Amino acid sequence: MSQQQTKNCITLRGSAQIICEYLKFAMNAVLFQRGLYPPETFKTAQQYGINLFLSDDPQIKDFLKNLLTQSEEWILNKKVSKLSLIILNVANKEVLECWDFNVQYEEGDVELSKEKNDTVGSKDLKKIQQEIRDVMLQVAATISYLPFLDCRCSFDVLVHAKTDCDIPEKWAEAEPVAITNAQNIQLKSFSTSLHKMETVVSFKLVD
Amino acid sequence: MAQFNYLNELNSLATIDGPITRGPLQRWAKKSNSENINPSLSTSLKNTSNLNISSCNQSMQKLSISSNQSYNANVLSSNKTPPRNENKKGKKTPSKNKSPGRSTTPTPTPNKATKTPNKADRFIPSRSNSNFDLCHYMLSRDDDKGEEIVAQKAASEAIGRALTDTEPGRLLQYTCKAPAAPEGYQNRLRVVYSQAKVPSSVKNTTRYIPQAPDRILDAPDILDDYYLNLVDWSASNILAVALGNSVYLWNAGTGQIEQLLSLEGSETVCSVAWVQGGGSHLAVGTSSATVELWDCERIKRLRIMDGHSGRVGSLAWNLYVVSSGARDGAIVHHDVRQRDHAVASLAAHTQEICGLKWSPDGKYLASGGNDNLLNIWPIAQGQHYSQPQYLYSFNQHLAAVKGLAWCPWSSGVLASGGGTADRTIRIWNVNTGTNINTVDTNSQVCSIVWSTHYRELVSGHGYAQNQLVIWKYPALARVAELTGHVARVLHLALSPDGTTVLSAGADETLRLWKCFMLDPSKKKEPTDTKAAKSLLNMNTLIR
Repeated sequence: MSQQQTKNCITLRGSAQIICEYLKFAMNAVLFQRGLYPPETFKTAQQYGINLFLSDDPQIKDFLKNLLTQSEEWILNKKVSKLSLIILNVANKEVLECWDFNVQYEEGDVELSKEKNDTVGSKDLKKIQQEIRDVMLQVAATISYLPFLDCRCSFDVLVHAKTDCDIPEKWAEAEPVAITNAQNIQLKSFSTSLHKMETVVSFKLVD
Repeated sequence: MAQFNYLNELNSLATIDGPITRGPLQRWAKKSNSENINPSLSTSLKNTSNLNISSCNQSMQKLSISSNQSYNANVLSSNKTPPRNENKKGKKTPSKNKSPGRSTTPTPTPNKATKTPNKADRFIPSRSNSNFDLCHYMLSRDDDKGEEIVAQKAASEAIGRALTDTEPGRLLQYTCKAPAAPEGYQNRLRVVYSQAKVPSSVKNTTRYIPQAPDRILDAPDILDDYYLNLVDWSASNILAVALGNSVYLWNAGTGQIEQLLSLEGSETVCSVAWVQGGGSHLAVGTSSATVELWDCERIKRLRIMDGHSGRVGSLAWNLYVVSSGARDGAIVHHDVRQRDHAVASLAAHTQEICGLKWSPDGKYLASGGNDNLLNIWPIAQGQHYSQPQYLYSFNQHLAAVKGLAWCPWSSGVLASGGGTADRTIRIWNVNTGTNINTVDTNSQVCSIVWSTHYRELVSGHGYAQNQLVIWKYPALARVAELTGHVARVLHLALSPDGTTVLSAGADETLRLWKCFMLDPSKKKEPTDTKAAKSLLNMNTLIR
């Protein structure tokens, strides 16, 4: 037993929480770094060993909170394959940029899972956070190559869910979006040993 | 010796650079004559790429096992043909190479001996037989195939990804949408993207302007805050610099440094301003909303004046009146001689005041605030402080107005510069209330100073180049750019003799630029020409 105690153990719920926490910070980072909202509406927060920005706008906070609590549930039940943060031009509703957060489900630590009768992972939390930090730094660096968003912008999040997934209240089906002349850039991915998160940004290539 | 050979072989295995760098390969190409290669080619062309390379390998086998192995490593498991059988067929290989693992490095000498007709020691390769081009083509084509496969894999992966996008599933959205960006909000990254190297409209002047600073002083802990005014150069040639919670005095003549004061606790100095006319009195605005008056000769505080509710980020003297602008948006005029020092108070701005300047003739006070307004206040009749109602309120700037400077030679002319979202310098005629000229600087304007010797002004900028720009007045053509700061140039000050501009950067350095030096040759010119003329006269006289 003592050996088990020392061994790092991540439950499925814990892993889903890590994923959603990452999504929160990553989405906020996108909103901040891409200059969607005025920088003064963001406040800093220490996370993953770096300073990150979280929106202080009550509506945005509310939106993300509702979105992510629901997504956590779905991720827990393996209902979601992808979350897409799309950036729209307010004027003509054109999709300018799309941030895909692909969720893949992994086995975890099989031996430990058998012992515990539950699906668990044994990846070191420090290692996971390190990996997430690398991704966040990459997100911050994207402004160097992503095109300038020269208009009033808004964002939305689309959840790619399984067909057997129920639609909760206040949720609706959405139309798939497409970006014309898109260019994809894949950022680093990280894994909690139960979930693997891939981050891809697609943007409209202007020539 | 055998183990060395083995090591050599391992080394050669480890370096898979390419077909050309390998010595044995060419020899093999030379050795295997056309009849030997062509059949293998004809079959290989029909085969897939992997088999193709194996057939090449077989012929290669005859000479160099090491290279064969290296290609095996490349191709991975494609080469099934045992090398020994092949060896026996082509009788040319020496029997040494039976055991591939332990075989020595390829030794072409025996082959050479059999091939060359006369047994001379000189080896002349027959290039016509070697088919270098074909061999190289074969090898490199295989490499390309490999790349192609990788590319194909990537493509199929991409397609797979696209397919998973369209896999049966639901696309859901949360119906309570997040709000769009506020109306009128401009992406602050505009400055990053629109920052272009300004076309070299830099006007050539006959004057030489040194591109490097004359001196660099350290300014540790200088606050990187756009809204403060931390540097002032007195008429008696003493520079006051506020670093964190202290004020230091640097005697520009002697280079002596004195510490004037150090505030306690977490308080910081937010502004410094020398009294006019070379006196030794310094007004210091603090973060605790007070204005302190110091006698710098005796290093003594004379009085503390309150009246604000926020930090005092800007100060301006008009004779015995010191006007202070604070974070609360109020301007208070302090008569430093009176016991009740606050002689007037104006609710000037709705946000922090960051620029405050009295005109040299004392007729107008200009104030710039974070509310993007530039207000001009006329002087009260018979007093040395301003009226409570502004004369003009200019709202043309799109960002905080910090850089403010009155023209020293033309009355009522004011230059103002806007912050990151604005990036323009505007010249105003306050007598008429008109905007005389505007120029887009492509960078945040942190401060402006007029030259007293030339019809020029110099501005300090932030991102991207952190440079100082000298502008010709009134055309506002660029005269020169002085780069060197690695962070934005927060404050500027002009030396009392008007020759040197001091810039304080957020990179914690003070740089002295001798950009307004009087041209010695120009000054001497009149006398020289006179002397020349007199010489000419002399000459004519002599003749």
